[in-house]
Order: sequence, then C-alpha cells, then structure tokens
Amino acid sequence: MSGTVVMPARRRFDWMRRTGLVAGALIVGLVLLVAILAPWITPHDPFVQNLDNRLAVPFWMEGAEPDHLLGTDGLGRDYLSRLIYGARISMLIGLLTVVTSGVIGTTLGVLGGFFGGKVDDAVLFAITCRLAIPVVLVALAVVGLLGSSLMLVILVLGLLLWDRFAVVARSTTMQVRNLDYVAAAWASGLSTPAILVKEILPNIASHLAVVATLEMALAILLEAALSFLGLGVPPPLPSWGLMIAEGKDYMFFSPWVIFVPGVALFILVFGINLLGDGLRDLLGAGDTR
Amino acid sequence: MLRFALRRLTVALLVALTVMVLSFMLTRVSGDLAISIAGASATQQDVEIIRHAYGLDRPLAMQFIDWIGRAAVGDFGESFFFKARTADLIMDRMPITLTLGLVGLGIALLVSIPLGVLAAVRENTWVDRLVQLVAMIGQAMPSFWLGLILMITLGLQLGWLPISGTGSWEHYVMPGIVLSFSAIPALTRLTRSGMIQALGSDYIRTARAKGLSRLSILGKHALRNAAIPVVSIAAVQLGFMLGGSIVIETVFALHGVGFLAWESISKNDFPVVQAVVLVLALIYIGLTMAADLLNALLDPRLRAS
Repeated sequence: MSGTVVMPARRRFDWMRRTGLVAGALIVGLVLLVAILAPWITPHDPFVQNLDNRLAVPFWMEGAEPDHLLGTDGLGRDYLSRLIYGARISMLIGLLTVVTSGVIGTTLGVLGGFFGGKVDDAVLFAITCRLAIPVVLVALAVVGLLGSSLMLVILVLGLLLWDRFAVVARSTTMQVRNLDYVAAAWASGLSTPAILVKEILPNIASHLAVVATLEMALAILLEAALSFLGLGVPPPLPSWGLMIAEGKDYMFFSPWVIFVPGVALFILVFGINLLGDGLRDLLGAGDTR
Repeated sequence: MLRFALRRLTVALLVALTVMVLSFMLTRVSGDLAISIAGASATQQDVEIIRHAYGLDRPLAMQFIDWIGRAAVGDFGESFFFKARTADLIMDRMPITLTLGLVGLGIALLVSIPLGVLAAVRENTWVDRLVQLVAMIGQAMPSFWLGLILMITLGLQLGWLPISGTGSWEHYVMPGIVLSFSAIPALTRLTRSGMIQALGSDYIRTARAKGLSRLSILGKHALRNAAIPVVSIAAVQLGFMLGGSIVIETVFALHGVGFLAWESISKNDFPVVQAVVLVLALIYIGLTMAADLLNALLDPRLRAS
C-alpha cells in the first residue's frame, strides 16, 4: 500500500487523540490545582472527627447533608475534605517518585547508551536485576521493617521504578549519539559531560517526558495499594488508598465509602495516562510502553 | 543456538546471585533485626540473647554465606511466627498462587488476543480507538479497588461467586479477573501492533493473491507470526503477576504465597519474607530465560545479538 492511500485514514480519528491530550491535561491540571489550594478550598478540617455524624451519605443519595457534599467517613470526618487532601498525597508521591527514579534511570540509561561496551553491559545487567525484583513485595517489606511514612514510600518507589527510564534513555541515546550535531559538538571541543548534558539530554527529553507520565501513574497506583495494605502512608493522613482500606469495613452497607476515593484514583491515573499518550503522539516519541 | 543458550544461562545465574545478595541485604540494612524480633517490651539483655541465638552477631559476610549455602539446597530456615520450615510453607502455598497466576493469564489472553486482532483488522477506525481506550481503562484501574467492587457486585448483590477465601475453583474467578487487568493492556497493544505488522507483510499479500479466505489468512498466517512476541511477553507478564499477587491475594484472603508474604511482613517474620522475595524473583528469572530461549528457537535472527 502506498502512503497516499493510508494517510486519510490515519488522519480521520486524530481528533480523538487531541481530545485525549486535552482531557488528560485538564484532569491532571485540575487535580494539581486542587492539591495546591487544598487548605483554602476544603470545607472542613480533614482530621477532625465527629462520632455523632458517622457515615453521612453523599449528595446523590437521599438524606444527604448540604454541609457534607460527599458525606463523612466511619469516624465522622468530612469526606470531600479528606479527598482533597488525598490529592495532595497522590500528587506529591507521583511527582517526587518520578524525579527520584527519573534521575537514577536517565543517568544509567544515558551512560550505557552513550559509552556502550562494558558500561552498557553493566547498565543492562542492572536493568535485568531490577526487573527480577518483585516491586510490591519489596516495597511492602521495607516499609514493614522500617515503619510507614510518606518519605519512605517515596524513597522506596523512587529506588524501584527507574527501569523504564533507563531502558528508554539508553535506546534513545544510542540513536542520537551518532547524529551530526553530536559530531559537531565533539569537533568544537566540548567535553564529554557537556555533550551529555547539552546535546544528548535535550534531544531525548521528549521520550523521557512520556516515560515520566507512565511512571507517575504507576507510582500513584502503587502508593494507593501499599497504603491500602496498611504499609504505605500512615493514618490519619488521607491517602486515597488508605481511605479505601478504612471504608472496607462498611463497604457492604455503604458502598459509596470505597466508591468515592476509588473513582478519584481511577480518574487521576487515567488522566495522567491520557496526557502521556497524547504527548507521545504530539512529540512523536514513538513507542515507549 | 547452544552458545546463545549458555550465554543466556550465565546471565540468568548472575542475576539470580545479585538478587540473592539484594534480598539478603534487604532485611539486614532495614534496621536491627534483633530489636524487631524481640519486640517493643524487650530489655537490652533480651535483644543481646536473641542477637546471639539467631547468629546475628556474626559478620554479615558469614551470615550471607551461611544463608546462601542453605538456600541453595532449599533450606530457608524456620519461620519465627509459623514455627514451621519456611520451604514447607512456601511449597504448601505455591500451588494456589500458580493457579491464580495461570487463571489470570488465561483470562488476559482470552480477552486481549481477540481485542488486539480486532483493532489491527480495523486499524485507525473507531473500533481500533475503542480497543485502545479499553486498554487504557484497564491500565488505570486500581487492582485492589476493582477487587472490592467485584466483591460487592458479583459477590454480595448478585451472589454468583464467593466473596473471599480459598477452596473451590469459584474462589479463583474474581481474583483471576482482577489479576488479568494488569496484563490485558500490554498484551492487547502487543497483539495489535504484531498483527498490523504481519498484515502489511509480503507473505500476507501472497496469501491474499492465492485467494485464501480472510479467516485463514488471519488465523493461519498473520496471527501465528504475531503470536511469537505475545507468547514471550505473556511469560514475562506471568512473572510480574506472581509478584503482584500479594495485593490481590490479601484482598480476597486467598491463602497463596502472596498472602503468606503479607502475613510475614506484618509479623516481622524475616526468614519467610526473604525466601518469598527470592523464590518469586527466581521464578521470574526462569520465565524470562525460557521466553528468550523459545524466541531464539523460533527466530534464528535473535541468536546473533
């Protein structure tokens, strides 16, 4: 088939991709805004308990109180306020984990891809070892031994989730390494570190941005799972995973208790993935999945 | 082929050794084990007694060589909490986790291969986009939350399946569905891209020119070629799924290795934690090696690299 026959078909559903990118950016932007503005927009203190008003129902059910739009949890804390503060935790975990794992993975990948040979063998070996380690299990074990805290979860996930950064940084560096402008940089007498930072990094950045969205989504899901199992963010912090765990006791009678934080989690992760997918097309970053 | 196999085996052994060191270090660098074992109410003297009794006062290298020597013959020591041999505990629970993994993988393949083929055949139509959207939804679904939702709907409201526990085959259906979600996105995308590539190749054009039926072209020619990478990724996914089963087994109180790991972590039972990490890592290493060898056997071009 010739290119001219394929082109119209490929264009026809592009609006869906555009819509995806815009929707993803809107979702992530909105959650980020809510997370930043949390102290000013929450209707109640997310930590204040009111045992006389436990499990008040959300607005779409009969008997809802206008004061508690999303109801209250098993300890009478305002659910909307906890959800808003939970966005803070998810965004914090997602962003800081990606920074940590991004630095580790990109460094390894760029070094391996640029220098090749023995260096590359070592990097490949490190990636292979990392992939053999069961992430959830090791993260749970470390948090279990050291005690749960927000910083520990970020550190553990950051130290575990660098593999895809390394894989993508390595392969893209290999492609860029032999291009003319790198040769020109050599010729102009730039040092090797300068070439890595000034020539290689900017040219693989778009691919890394796509990986960053994927890893951020993964980190947020993993934190929720760890907190759900009681070995992530400690109570009374309102992590969405922890909210689902706390709601588990009431879920057969009041399913909305686990429904609300779960949907929030799903929408945020879905939005990040949409954003990543849209970026991939926009930047022409190829398949980095 | 033999040289490729030998090289691949060497890498696998080196990775296994590294993972052994890491899983040993994992429990040693994460704080003082003797204090963890002794508990909060122990005096300094109790801690010293425990440190000596468990051999924790010896140099790290000695402890490691001792542990690795025993682990090599399948002796992972005794569990502090269960008062049983760790190896026996894992062997008892492994069939449940393996069953769950295979059920999950089976469901994932049953869903993702038809979806991937459909998307490829209708490339760049709304069907294709819809399939990709489904894959993305699967990717964003928190597995433990999906598990709870299924418990409420299929378990409580419809009463079709038991809510939690271990016993009959019915106990594997819901956890299997949840576990399959972790593999469906990747497998669907891979089937789709493999099929698109296969459908655009010369031998498919030849088959079309010969006048073969559409079904025969899809099934016999295209899918068979697209299946090779899917099989190898499926093996890798099975490895990931076994590692990820800890969350799902805990949600459904399915007493497999994952549940054992969770129990041991909450009881500070470090010989079991260490052993489960190692066993799951070894299974993953074995699976990826098998997948690589199978690929090399099927596609001689891969042996060169």
